[in-house]
Amino acid sequence: MNKYFVSAFVTGLIFGIGLLVSGMANPDKVLSFLDLAGAWDPSLAFVMGGAIVVGVIAFTFVRGRTHSLLGAPLKLPTKKDLDSRLIMGSLGFGIGWGLAGFCPGPALVAFGAGEMKAIVFVVAMLAGMGIFELLERRPKATA
Amino acid sequence: MTIDWAAFTPWAALGGGVLIGIAAAMFILINGRIAGISGILGGLLTPQKGDILWRALFIGGMVLAPSAWLLFADLPTIQIDADYPLLIIAGLLVGISTRYGAGCTSGHGVCGISRMSPRSIVATLSFMATGFITVFVVRHVIGA
Repeated sequence: MNKYFVSAFVTGLIFGIGLLVSGMANPDKVLSFLDLAGAWDPSLAFVMGGAIVVGVIAFTFVRGRTHSLLGAPLKLPTKKDLDSRLIMGSLGFGIGWGLAGFCPGPALVAFGAGEMKAIVFVVAMLAGMGIFELLERRPKATA
Repeated sequence: MTIDWAAFTPWAALGGGVLIGIAAAMFILINGRIAGISGILGGLLTPQKGDILWRALFIGGMVLAPSAWLLFADLPTIQIDADYPLLIIAGLLVGISTRYGAGCTSGHGVCGISRMSPRSIVATLSFMATGFITVFVVRHVIGA
């Protein structure tokens, strides 16, 4: 089982280094990509492109399989419906992303770089996730 | 639209993107899981037995990436212009929304599109759209 834990750590490390190399860990660069009407920096489209080309190969390989190469059960999302939670959540995420230039991965990397503003963002993000859990578990009110 | 050629870094972006793709590929091929950061992090807030260590190690790897980088080179620029109140509002919004919408740029954007999930494609188009609109409103309607 140790291999899975080593792999989890190494994967996180490579992911974080990828965010640093690509420029995604820098909110100023992210916002320059999102600013279509300003001096637009298209770089982040290349980040997505590079990641997806590799991703397509891996996810095509696992299609139809039930276990990973080391025998772990494959946990793929099973939901198929385009519900309002998916869309409202994604729309809300985009607003937060556009306000600060941080999405969760890059925020963790900037947090690790010791940036005080990233530490504050990550704490607020964790608080937001905690609020979500509380709302989820609140007993549904009967009207 | 004017392209900022001076800031444009296609090779670094592509190289970094390939590394992110390799991480996502490793995680599904070895651990059998989607490398979705908001989901991995959020799962730590409602700890399930046997489901904590891999999440903590993955997040630990991400947080330690800058320290590993510093062994070899100076860190790239991390410029955060937002002030503290804005960072708190944005953080809360990102935290609640990524859990409500079941994913962020990594889970929906990278992994979801790679496995051609219609849900993730819709999610990615949705957050890209409001990301573009938000920056437009902040910079060109309200701001500067």
